[in-house]
Amino acid sequence: MNLRETLEKHRAEKSSAFIPFIMAGDPDLEATAQIIEKMQAAGADALELGVPFSEPVADGVTVQRAAERALARGTTLKQVIAMVKTLRGKGVTMPICLFSYLNPVYKMGYDAFVTEAVAAGVNGALLVDLPPEEATDYLSVAKEKGLETVFLCSPTTTAERLKLIDESSTGFVYYVSREGVTGAQDSLPQSLAEKLDKLREMLSNPVAVGFGISTPAHVAQLRGRADGIVVGSVLVRLMEEDPKTAAGAVIERIEQLTGKAA
Amino acid sequence: MTNNPPLKNESLPDAHGYFGDFGGRFVPDTLMAPLLELEKAYDELYGRPEFWREYESLLKHFIGRETPLQHAARLSAHLGGAKIYLKREDLAHTGAHKINNAIGQILLARHMGKTRIIAETGAGQHGVATATAAAAFGMRCVVYMGAEDMARQAPNVYRMRLLGAEVVAVNNGSRTLKDAVSEAMRDWVGNIADTHYLLGSALGPHPYPRMVRDFQAIIGREARAQVMEAEGRLPDSIVACVGGGSNAIGIFSGFVDDENIKLIGVEAGGRQIAPGEHAARFAGGSPGIFQGMKTFILQDENGQAEPTHSVSAGLDYTGVGPEHAYLHALRRAEYTHVNDDEAVAAFHLLSRMEGIIPALESSHAVAHACKIAKGLGEKHLMIVNLSGRGDKDIGIIQKYEEEKA
Repeated sequence: MNLRETLEKHRAEKSSAFIPFIMAGDPDLEATAQIIEKMQAAGADALELGVPFSEPVADGVTVQRAAERALARGTTLKQVIAMVKTLRGKGVTMPICLFSYLNPVYKMGYDAFVTEAVAAGVNGALLVDLPPEEATDYLSVAKEKGLETVFLCSPTTTAERLKLIDESSTGFVYYVSREGVTGAQDSLPQSLAEKLDKLREMLSNPVAVGFGISTPAHVAQLRGRADGIVVGSVLVRLMEEDPKTAAGAVIERIEQLTGKAA
Repeated sequence: MTNNPPLKNESLPDAHGYFGDFGGRFVPDTLMAPLLELEKAYDELYGRPEFWREYESLLKHFIGRETPLQHAARLSAHLGGAKIYLKREDLAHTGAHKINNAIGQILLARHMGKTRIIAETGAGQHGVATATAAAAFGMRCVVYMGAEDMARQAPNVYRMRLLGAEVVAVNNGSRTLKDAVSEAMRDWVGNIADTHYLLGSALGPHPYPRMVRDFQAIIGREARAQVMEAEGRLPDSIVACVGGGSNAIGIFSGFVDDENIKLIGVEAGGRQIAPGEHAARFAGGSPGIFQGMKTFILQDENGQAEPTHSVSAGLDYTGVGPEHAYLHALRRAEYTHVNDDEAVAAFHLLSRMEGIIPALESSHAVAHACKIAKGLGEKHLMIVNLSGRGDKDIGIIQKYEEEKA
């Protein structure tokens, strides 16, 4: 199943795909691969795989520092794509969406990026600082080669732009839950579930929600109200706290978040 | 470059924020709403004569414009070539051209009903200008500054605080200007209802490159009228330093349509043109997408920003303003660089020859003028944009020379 099918299946079941985010290369690609291999059994339905970038303007400190650690290890976009290929060979079947800033992709070239990503088994990509208004060239390549596209929308997105975002997305639309950068928070915006209901009615794509979703209670609160739920910073923070035990801790946390924990 | 129409300064950028192939608006969705609001507000005000009258009144009574165009007689004689004029932006209130833009944008912020101003700063000149404008209009002000820059520009940190601004140290990345820009963007995303991001150079996502150029175009308009009055003719060349490039685009805009006037932008050559050792984007960079714009940036083969170095904090930046990338592609302007040593030597030379202590940023323009003046002959008329004063740099110069000694 690709990203869209996975989220649509969850919508049909009135549930939500659980989508963890981790930063590739933090603390190194080997550790990232080990965690991804165990994720599916822990309850992950799809993966958002962060590609580190030197200027992560949409990210809070937790993900910023993860990107710095990954870059300090020399992690590159090409290596991340190669890792996905290896993981596919090892039987990882859940759909994978790369979460990257535009410049590493632009530098590699849209054609080379899309071709190599698709060949490696990457299903889709979200390019954080590429709004659909600037995406004409990228979209035509992605469409031609079959890479699913994911675009962001947020509480301040106008109806007119929402339409453009929906038309440009083929995987899902990613709703940023709040006006702010990535990062864990204590409580979710009050009107979030209603907002998601409205979005799912308006858009032709499935809708995933992220930014600030960090506890099992948050996940339970949104289950069935979004087609996908992305949890990132709270997992990334475990990598920072103790890289040695992080792999186990991340899997354990995913189990807690998805309700699979004993 | 394929997509560059003939230059018509006023008509660019196009409706999508492009100068030829460069510019645009590459931001996360959360920044689209405030940028569209800003664009709409600026478009509204742009057509209102009363807005520009208030702006010009503040330029005169608050900033002290017009700034002089001074014949640098001793420097010209010493170099033995071109007749050099200095456009004295160092004499603008707060000591640099940055205040022209800060005043323009604060009027815009007031028009939009914003009460909180945020800014990034490198050398601290834009931070001081923003803190000044915010104080004069009774607005709250937060300035983001790289921790390394705070250390090397301590007097400006103190000035900002005196003016009532909160200065926030940025400890991410290289702890310089680019990191301060990212941090200001993050603040803005979370506070768009009451906050205006007063970006300090002609860079970033549309509409900033256009707006900042328009607010700095006063430099070029004045210089053009002044040189006509002094010499009865237009100059042969204009020399300005280029970090983000707002002082340069401001003065260039007054002359860009006269194709025979040579426009020269001077970037920071740092220690040498090698990765991490300089900030000369046209010498060591390539097109990329960075902090909201498509432009020339210093990046590695994987598209990560490369570290930069310059003795001048204000030029120590990864990307150049997109209109400069356009002028470069058209070959309408020439971009070159001078190194740290040459800039410091020019700093001393101008201080002693003319009694003017230039900012280290502006010293790069002076240094290039010194290099080429002799070869140009006495009939050549040159304007060097002296974008700021150098009092803030005295500590750096001392340290630099102690390390060299």
